[in-house]
Amino acid sequence: MRALLRSLALVMLLAAGNVTAQAIDPLPFKDHAEEVRFQKLTRELRCLVCQNENLADSNADLARDLRREVFQLMQQGKSDDEIKQYLVDRYSDFVLYDPPVKSGTLLLWFGPLVILLAGAAVVFVTVRRRSTTALAASTDNKPTDEGDDW
Amino acid sequence: MSRLLPFFGFLLLVALFGFGIWWNTQHDQREVPSPLINKPAPAFVLPRLDDPTQTVSRDALLGKPYLINVFASWCVACGEEHPVLMARGKSIGVPIVGYNYKDAPDDANAWLARHGNPYDMVIVDQEGRTAIDFGVYGAPESFLVDAKGVIRYKRIGQLTPDVIEKELKPAIAALRKETP
Repeated sequence: MRALLRSLALVMLLAAGNVTAQAIDPLPFKDHAEEVRFQKLTRELRCLVCQNENLADSNADLARDLRREVFQLMQQGKSDDEIKQYLVDRYSDFVLYDPPVKSGTLLLWFGPLVILLAGAAVVFVTVRRRSTTALAASTDNKPTDEGDDW
Repeated sequence: MSRLLPFFGFLLLVALFGFGIWWNTQHDQREVPSPLINKPAPAFVLPRLDDPTQTVSRDALLGKPYLINVFASWCVACGEEHPVLMARGKSIGVPIVGYNYKDAPDDANAWLARHGNPYDMVIVDQEGRTAIDFGVYGAPESFLVDAKGVIRYKRIGQLTPDVIEKELKPAIAALRKETP
């Protein structure tokens, strides 16, 4: 009985944890579309305090302030890009989960491609070298083969 | 020679791994460089802690350099930084403006009464709204603002004696050289 109660308490605790994992502020959205837009936008923005969480999920005090700020900017009719720029002006590109392509991020964006191409080049050269040595080996054998056939 | 190639590849990866470890000990990963350096400080109008009926604006502070120090009574690191400001605040040669961040004025006053007040003036941002314009994301933070109201240096985290001597004072000395 006690074990049952304990596991029940655990289940309830986990359920409660689940509810608080999504930080919900009572923001007065005028319709569902606006709320969806807000949720999507805050998911693309990074919380500065707990740096591996997005603004939508973070329970940090600053995240709450920034969510309110984003909401107010939406009320002022600002576009998503304008709101992002507003935050970038204050907190740098760090707030964006999707970093823009510029000189400082070229390695980040194209580094993997460069490494992939380098790997492909190594594979290509190795395969070529092996096939020519195999070919040379097979032509070395050829005279005796021909002799056997005839 | 070509048989050693995988080994060299392995050494390269080890070197990269070692560099990563070294690099992460060289800087604070939580530190986000401010885009506001060398840009005008955001305009603000905030009440004074000692007299909330009076406000202080950015434009009223133009004309001489000053240091803004973001603090709060609830902020543990600010409590650690505080004795350093008490001991060395006067030696930096510019006024220090305390920026009371998301704090209850009563708590802030009690905190300053208990630990001492290193500030020439304290302004209050109870909502933390203006702090967003400054890009504040955690106290303590410090901004060095020059006579023209431009942010010249920002310290994220505590001002330690080392940081004051090696970063803050040279930054202030550079300002002095510009406007003798």
